[in-house]
Amino acid sequence: MMPSPTAKRPRPLSPNVQIYRPQLTSVLSILNRITGVFLSVCAVGLVIWLVAAATGPQAYVAVQGAIASWIGQIGLVGATFAFFLHLCGGIRHLIWDTVHGFELRSIYISGWTVVAGSIMLTVAAWVVSLLIEA
Amino acid sequence: MRSPLARAIGLGSAKEGSERWWAERVSAVALVPLTLWFSASIIAHTGSDYATFIAWLRTPLATVLMILLLIALFHHTALGLRVVIEDYVHSGVKIPALVALRFGCSALAVAGILATLRIAFGG
Repeated sequence: MMPSPTAKRPRPLSPNVQIYRPQLTSVLSILNRITGVFLSVCAVGLVIWLVAAATGPQAYVAVQGAIASWIGQIGLVGATFAFFLHLCGGIRHLIWDTVHGFELRSIYISGWTVVAGSIMLTVAAWVVSLLIEA
Repeated sequence: MRSPLARAIGLGSAKEGSERWWAERVSAVALVPLTLWFSASIIAHTGSDYATFIAWLRTPLATVLMILLLIALFHHTALGLRVVIEDYVHSGVKIPALVALRFGCSALAVAGILATLRIAFGG
């Protein structure tokens, strides 16, 4: 039996992602995934926070102290931005699922709307929070 | 979510998975109002003490919405991270990682719900 001529030839590989210039579309695509993974970690934090609140005032104060530390505050700002980016990006995906907004122009308009909207919502959330605290 | 014809022909690389794809969308739609409610509530409670926070979570609306949030959140997390593992993990770790993810998300959801119920019904 003749060996298949294609057997020894290396199979074609798709180009590595590193050689592409980053574009808004690709950057937002991977950011939706990265923020999703980061928010999964934050979801663990939510459960720790709830369990601490159910345990009693001392455990709750300890967790609140960790959140109030500068590392906790940086993490909370990151979590706020990641949440709004994933939320806005997710709504964009839901619109795409209805087979709308696939024209190149629409994709860039919705993409920049997601970026601007996430930044504005993050700033608004923290301004309101700091006003309530003051 | 697939038409009877599509199911009968069975074309496409995946053959299955449309149910999970649909569940991810349904949980996403549920999470839009639930996470916005949660964020707004947390912002409104900036600087609140323990007693104020507990009193808020004990209100029936907050208890119900928090439990719904935990269910939708960990369902969505399990579905999303599953795809991430399937895309990037190709070694023998893949199956244990998928099982650990399922167990972890279920355990966290149950722990969060029980904590919420304990606050709601605790003395």
